[in-house]
Amino acid sequence: MKRRTFRRGIHPPERKATAGKPIEVLPAPEKTYVPFLQHFGKPASPLVKPGDTVALGQKIGEAAGSFSSSVHSPVSGKVLALDLHPFPSGAPVLTAVIENDGRDAPAGEPERPADPFALSPEAIIQKVGEAGVVGMGGASFPTAVKLAPPPQKTIDTVIINGCECEPVQTGDHRLMLESPREILWGAELIRLAARAGRVIVGVEDNKADALESLRRSAGGRGVEFALVRTKYPQGAEKMLIQALLRREVPRGGLPFDVGVVVQNVSTAKAVWDAVSRGRPLTERVLTCGGPGIADPKNLLVRIGTPIRQVIEFCGGLKEGADLVVYGGPLMGLAQSTLDSPVIKSTTGILAFAAGRPETELACIRCARCVDHCPMGLMPTRLAGLARFDLVAEAEKWGTMDCIECGCCQYVCPSRIPLLSWIRLGKSRVAARKSGKGTA
Amino acid sequence: MNGPGLIIESSPHWRDRDTVRRIMARVLLALVPAVLASLYFFRLRALLLYSVTAAACLATEAAFFRARRKPLGSLLDGSALITAVLLAMCLPPNLPLEMAALGGVVAVGIGKQVFGGLGHNIFNPALVGRAFLAAAFPAAMTTWIPPNTLAVDTATFATPLADLRFHDALTRGTLASIGDLFLGNIGGTLGGTSALALLLGGAYLLYRKTIDWRIPAGVVASISLFTGVFWLAAPERYASPLFHVLSGGLLLGALFMATDYVTSPLTSSAKWIYALGIGLVSGLIRLFGGYPEGIMYAVLFMNMFVPLLESLLRPRILGERRGRR
Repeated sequence: MKRRTFRRGIHPPERKATAGKPIEVLPAPEKTYVPFLQHFGKPASPLVKPGDTVALGQKIGEAAGSFSSSVHSPVSGKVLALDLHPFPSGAPVLTAVIENDGRDAPAGEPERPADPFALSPEAIIQKVGEAGVVGMGGASFPTAVKLAPPPQKTIDTVIINGCECEPVQTGDHRLMLESPREILWGAELIRLAARAGRVIVGVEDNKADALESLRRSAGGRGVEFALVRTKYPQGAEKMLIQALLRREVPRGGLPFDVGVVVQNVSTAKAVWDAVSRGRPLTERVLTCGGPGIADPKNLLVRIGTPIRQVIEFCGGLKEGADLVVYGGPLMGLAQSTLDSPVIKSTTGILAFAAGRPETELACIRCARCVDHCPMGLMPTRLAGLARFDLVAEAEKWGTMDCIECGCCQYVCPSRIPLLSWIRLGKSRVAARKSGKGTA
Repeated sequence: MNGPGLIIESSPHWRDRDTVRRIMARVLLALVPAVLASLYFFRLRALLLYSVTAAACLATEAAFFRARRKPLGSLLDGSALITAVLLAMCLPPNLPLEMAALGGVVAVGIGKQVFGGLGHNIFNPALVGRAFLAAAFPAAMTTWIPPNTLAVDTATFATPLADLRFHDALTRGTLASIGDLFLGNIGGTLGGTSALALLLGGAYLLYRKTIDWRIPAGVVASISLFTGVFWLAAPERYASPLFHVLSGGLLLGALFMATDYVTSPLTSSAKWIYALGIGLVSGLIRLFGGYPEGIMYAVLFMNMFVPLLESLLRPRILGERRGRR
């Protein structure tokens, strides 16, 4: 059977060497660094001050408005400081430094509903929001917001995203093998919360064993399972929706515009933990790997653990490893310091040898960027327009539709930093629009 | 294990291994069968022409790099050498060498470097060189010698297309056979005669996805369709589509000239129009124009429309709804 997929995209080497390694628990660190901004939206407002004693899972930051998310303590212990601290995306963020007393003392008896599936959609969404669950595939969009679309939009299908299309990463793969029931229960809660009819689990065909694990656990309940072709960026929402449902999210729109909500498998499990056991999101599974890591592993890590400790647990950086990335090799964020903490959206901590920078040549118009852009854009044109600061033209040619997957720059034989130019163009267009809005 | 010393770069952090230099190397490799065929059919003349155009093209490129204070290492990107080989391939085998040298200077100088070098030119450089020579030396550019494998009277020797156009070859029954056309056992330009050799190289480029299949397919389909209509209507007056595809360097143009990245469109729809246009224009020239060939002017003509085609035919963005204002 021909596997479903989206148009264009790329086939980078997979290098998923840790796929066979079970998830290990990284011991909680002596100090955790918990940023108040770990999500798309406004930072949470702190509820603690230095000197306070906090319990495991205690809420330490309150969601600031609807586009925000709460933050919880990943350990029990004492708040040492609230300070600006290194953060994965570069600019420092207000962070709670919490000293771990090693007791993991919880705040009290967690609330366990007798039958989580009997809860109302509102109650599920409330519990998901209270637990600070955000999209754990990398985008960190607050899940409670995603489950409650505007009233005029109806959701008919929930897609559970188990694609993990970035090379090297295997955390979601392991989670599907080791916790399939929790993922499926979480998926059912998501379906109930979104008032949807269908649930489809989409997994790339390089992880057929993961899909089989889920299928066995489902035991014939009304969940659909689909293998999609292994191709990057299959895990991007718009690509997965196109592959599974043949629906296209309209330009500038969101999945709910076509009646869909997409949730990553890790997020589904976090939803289950939040609703069934009242457990906030304070730990996650990630892959620490890549050629620069001595002993790559899949790990369950407390939020707030400095990546230095994660890397040390995996045998440290190898000689010559000078590029440390949050996320995957294609969309990941390079780090200048190993002091940054693991946050809710950290899918992986990878290390590479950066290699010598290659000389950029003129565009020879080979059209590869056009042939591989999953959004149907003309990256070389968008980059050229940004280079000459032709903001209106860049917008007309669709620069704001770019999902920054990096396929264009990956394939460019002239080594042009296409995505960097396109990002510049996008920020120029955005700046011009916001300027208009306030004028 | 320390913070300082870590490299900061924006994503993506991985790159495909293919580079401009490797692409150019593949194109040169794909030209090898046709080069060997020309050496077989035209012996020393082929060697001389390739050497002269290569020297002229590389020297011109080097002079421009010098003037612009650019490193001479870029000479090795292979693009000037490809221009040299392609230019030699579309010259008559017995062209005086000083004319070939001049063609090389014009191809790289006027055809490419005055626009800013690799990636910036509008017209195919090799064809610019050839068009210049055709205008400057019309007699020398239409004087042909037979290949070494053909024992004929050299005084009145002509290419199959010229035979067809000016010597009434179809009714006299002297038209070259399809077999000779396919192998290259005919008169013609240095590298344009052996369809077999060109197809071998083209197949390699298609297999490696170095060139887009739409362009050669569109050119061949369009000239076949155009000449086919006339052939079906009056086979005694018009040659078959197969004859047209195999003659007059059409495959050289379709596989190696029209597919030049820099001077062909980026998007699929524009590529189709561009390719169909090349086939149609060369068909028009062959059947109704003053030249027996036509692929050269057809490619140059359609090169001109590439920016326009790209502006008019923006590909559909995912999620875009068309047909509404």
